[in-house]
Amino acid sequence: MAMQFYASPEQVQRDRSEYARKGIARGRSAVVLTYEGGILLVAENITTLRKISEIYDRIGFAAVGRYNEFENLRRAGVRMADLNGYSYDRRDVTGRGLANAFTQTLGAIFSETQKPYEVEICIAQVGASPEADELYRITYDGSVMDEPGFMAMGGQAEAISTVLREGHDEAADLPTALALAAKALGSVGGENGQTRELEAKQLEVAVLDRRRKGRTFRRIAGTALTTLLGHGSVAEQDLGETDAAPPSPAEDKPTISAASVDLEGATDESADEVNGDGS
Amino acid sequence: MAKDFDPSGRLPDVFTNAGTSSFTQFLTYAAPEMLPGRRPLPPGLAGDLAPHGTTIVAIATAEGVVMAGDRRATMGNLIASRDIEKVHPADSYSLIGIAGTAGIGIELMRLFQVELEHYEKIEGIMLSLDGKANRLAGMVRGNLGAAMQGLAVVPLFAGYDLSPTDPSKAGRIFSFDVAGGLYEETGYDSIGSGSLFAKSALKKKYRKGVSTEDAVRLAVEALYDAADDDTATGGPDVTRKIYPVVMSATAQGTRRLTEEEITAVAEQVVAGRMENPGG
Repeated sequence: MAMQFYASPEQVQRDRSEYARKGIARGRSAVVLTYEGGILLVAENITTLRKISEIYDRIGFAAVGRYNEFENLRRAGVRMADLNGYSYDRRDVTGRGLANAFTQTLGAIFSETQKPYEVEICIAQVGASPEADELYRITYDGSVMDEPGFMAMGGQAEAISTVLREGHDEAADLPTALALAAKALGSVGGENGQTRELEAKQLEVAVLDRRRKGRTFRRIAGTALTTLLGHGSVAEQDLGETDAAPPSPAEDKPTISAASVDLEGATDESADEVNGDGS
Repeated sequence: MAKDFDPSGRLPDVFTNAGTSSFTQFLTYAAPEMLPGRRPLPPGLAGDLAPHGTTIVAIATAEGVVMAGDRRATMGNLIASRDIEKVHPADSYSLIGIAGTAGIGIELMRLFQVELEHYEKIEGIMLSLDGKANRLAGMVRGNLGAAMQGLAVVPLFAGYDLSPTDPSKAGRIFSFDVAGGLYEETGYDSIGSGSLFAKSALKKKYRKGVSTEDAVRLAVEALYDAADDDTATGGPDVTRKIYPVVMSATAQGTRRLTEEEITAVAEQVVAGRMENPGG
């Protein structure tokens, strides 16, 4: 039988922390900050896989680190929120409750499993005024911090936080807040310590809109995002109506049938033209 | 609530596993006692135990759909409620109306609302209108056992199709039977005890491509006709100012007619019937 070497608990914890921190530092960062009209969530993200998402009416989620791990937590959050909202009332789902569940879960994973989660997540709950906003930052070991006003997550969170701290104003409007977020995210990662100018397609942006009733989460993308980044203002209704995109166009087949559309005998003329030139 | 909480305090696996995007399916693992159709019923008929909701009508319009429901719930020869609301938004582009055992109908409606929102949040995409209708059919089917003991519930589902095959047919109506059969209706449909009379009224008055405004009037007229011949359907209650619930779903989303709007329409209908009781 192989000899087990002794490792002190402190050493084990330190090793796990270091492992998790290194994992998180490899990815791009995200920032969350309050502004006059709500809470702004911005992540540097060039993929279509999302780092920012809606959890419930007034609660949003942002994460950095390993996608499969935070996606796992996000699903758990949505399920927990929907279960509580369904069995009690929509008003009874709170950011603090979710933060508690996440901190317990991440804490247990950190101390009990071989590999800790390499994630850092933010639960944001928008209130009636900027003072009533709640931002919870939960790290890989399950520790939770209640951050007033703004927070940064990811590799160089410290440096990004410094930029946010200098510029943050909770009375700022959306374009100003977005400009600050983009500046903060662009302040790191450039060659030789240079700052970077981030474009619309490098950013994933969403807001929790304080003034809306019901589901307040709105994704900002496309032309609306480009206009906002250029300090232009965008009408509220153009910010995107719901989080979810509509499904792709329907095919002409009966709803009741579960068979594939080609079995309905539909003639697809374009298919014949593919080789219509004799090729 | 959810069974098998992990002693370590982390969320149980059922919350975090990748599994399903369906809230109902999640409930079958996490809290099966919360699902309708999962509760054992003692043998015998139970149809007279609980209030019954009555007539709902839906009309496809040029802009989408209109759905309206009377406000009565009955228990045998008694009026159990004068102001029950049986037409609700299912999500931002679709509507659901319920007839049959009111308690089970309301539960089914609530579960369906959470089901749609849950899918949206987990997947980041809306279900197609056909997908929503099929999902609802499955949920009705789950209630078959209770239906056979007299606790039947039948919904009417209508919505604006964001990706229609034919843009002129974006407003679509789906009806169901107690066994979970799903049928797409053309033009208009009605369910509940007064549906026979409401449908006869609509058959004479409905024209393809009717405007939303005219469809609201048609719907209220049809409910008046249903109440005229069916004791379980409530007519406009002018003494208490209780009028039908009327909702529309269009490209702009769902909307419930305000108290003032529906009062105006209902008063016109009542005034018309003063001159000609047959409409």
